[in-house]
Amino acid sequence: MALSEQEILAGLAEIVNEETGLAADAVQPDKNFTDDLDIDSLSMMTIVVNAEEKFGVRIPDEDVKNLQTVGDAVSYIQSAQG
Amino acid sequence: MATENRTKVVVTGLGATTPLGGDVPTTWQAALEGRSGARALEHDWVERYELPVTFAAEVAVRPEDQLAKVETRRLDPSGQYALAAAREAWKDAGSPEVDPLRLGAVVASGIGGVWTLLNSYDVLKEKGPRRVFPLTVPMLMPNGPAAAISLELGARAGTHTPVSACASGAEAMAYGMDMIRSGRADIVVCGGTEAAIHPLPIAGFAAMQALSTRNDDPAAASRPYDAGRDGFVLGEGAGIVVIESEEHAKARGARIYAELVSAGLTSDAHHIAAPDPEGSGASRAMLFALESGGLSPADVVHLNAHATSTPVGDLAELNAIRGALGKDADHVAISATKSMTGHLLGAAGALEGIFCVLALHHRLAPPTINLDDPDPAVDLDVVRKDPRPLPAGDIVALNNSFGFGGHNVAVAFRSV
Repeated sequence: MALSEQEILAGLAEIVNEETGLAADAVQPDKNFTDDLDIDSLSMMTIVVNAEEKFGVRIPDEDVKNLQTVGDAVSYIQSAQG
Repeated sequence: MATENRTKVVVTGLGATTPLGGDVPTTWQAALEGRSGARALEHDWVERYELPVTFAAEVAVRPEDQLAKVETRRLDPSGQYALAAAREAWKDAGSPEVDPLRLGAVVASGIGGVWTLLNSYDVLKEKGPRRVFPLTVPMLMPNGPAAAISLELGARAGTHTPVSACASGAEAMAYGMDMIRSGRADIVVCGGTEAAIHPLPIAGFAAMQALSTRNDDPAAASRPYDAGRDGFVLGEGAGIVVIESEEHAKARGARIYAELVSAGLTSDAHHIAAPDPEGSGASRAMLFALESGGLSPADVVHLNAHATSTPVGDLAELNAIRGALGKDADHVAISATKSMTGHLLGAAGALEGIFCVLALHHRLAPPTINLDDPDPAVDLDVVRKDPRPLPAGDIVALNNSFGFGGHNVAVAFRSV
């Protein structure tokens, strides 16, 4: 069953926290991964791969650059779930 | 050799995580009490691979208890140990305010990130390339720990990683000293780290018959100079020191533990792994350290021996000490602290350098444990059972470290 936006956000926040140590409640839809959360491209790749595993989706490398904000990622995962 | 007008280098901070303790005070106290850090390994891989050696000297405090979770995720265990030890050393030195362009980091490893290398290979085989952690390469490279410390402290005068097997940690201290003497840095964080208690190095060392197989009594297995010694005990951990020019240390009012006087570095060109039984390369290292430091054999009152508890190596080193110091070798209190810590490979020289510094600072040579039945060929004064007081006045200690590949490093320290 497809997860809600809120559930995806919570799951993503958990992954970001695991990878970066950032508090989960700092991971909000309007936050930019690079400018607001200070996540570099290597950490982003880890987050993406962990998100693929957690949500059972595939996020091709060429799509990762379009995921600028946490909200972008949540929407992408939600639509990829089908 | 000209020793006048040379920049005096002093030791102002100490840090370590070892099989005896998670920091320097705990480690030193355990060493004075003659405790062993060797224990049976409680990992499923010991049985899975039917390892012939089932014990080792693992760090007493897990890095997860010393570092943030995100730090342990991004560093190989060798980097984790180094970072924990460097933080202690830096704090112990008074967290100096220093120009980053004058601060260096020299942190050695004998083997590098073997856990990361092999775990990542398992991930590649089982889950494919996309699941290989993006920081795999910076984690497995042997200069990873040095780089982590450089980043932590903002060291920009140069970051280096000497690799010379079990002489690496001592070589790092020599390199750091040279950075200060050559004018490249005022202050250097230097030492060694190792995290190789992994089934592959255990199997490899065991295949060479280098490891003790005293599986029924791990605490008694590391027994340098004892007639019953049968190989070394694999250890792990890190030792890091802060060294600086005396001028820099005095200008900031730092506490000075000891002077790092000089070092001698030579090579055997004899055999890839076996020591030269005459110990001539090791002798030359000690002599060079003495001569280049303007020291005489009579100045040396204490020596922390490489003494790993192998049948051939321990005696070769004693021959070398006799060869370098002549009759003055008779009044040297020799300690073989690997009897307690096991062999920390690339961190050994750094940890034993710290023991030398503390021995001078506290005027107390740590004991050699498990020396119940000395090998009849041992004709020098080995400190047994209890710590031995060292004399007052200006005294010198030597630290020997030797590595596979024929590397010999002797480092000289003087009391202040």
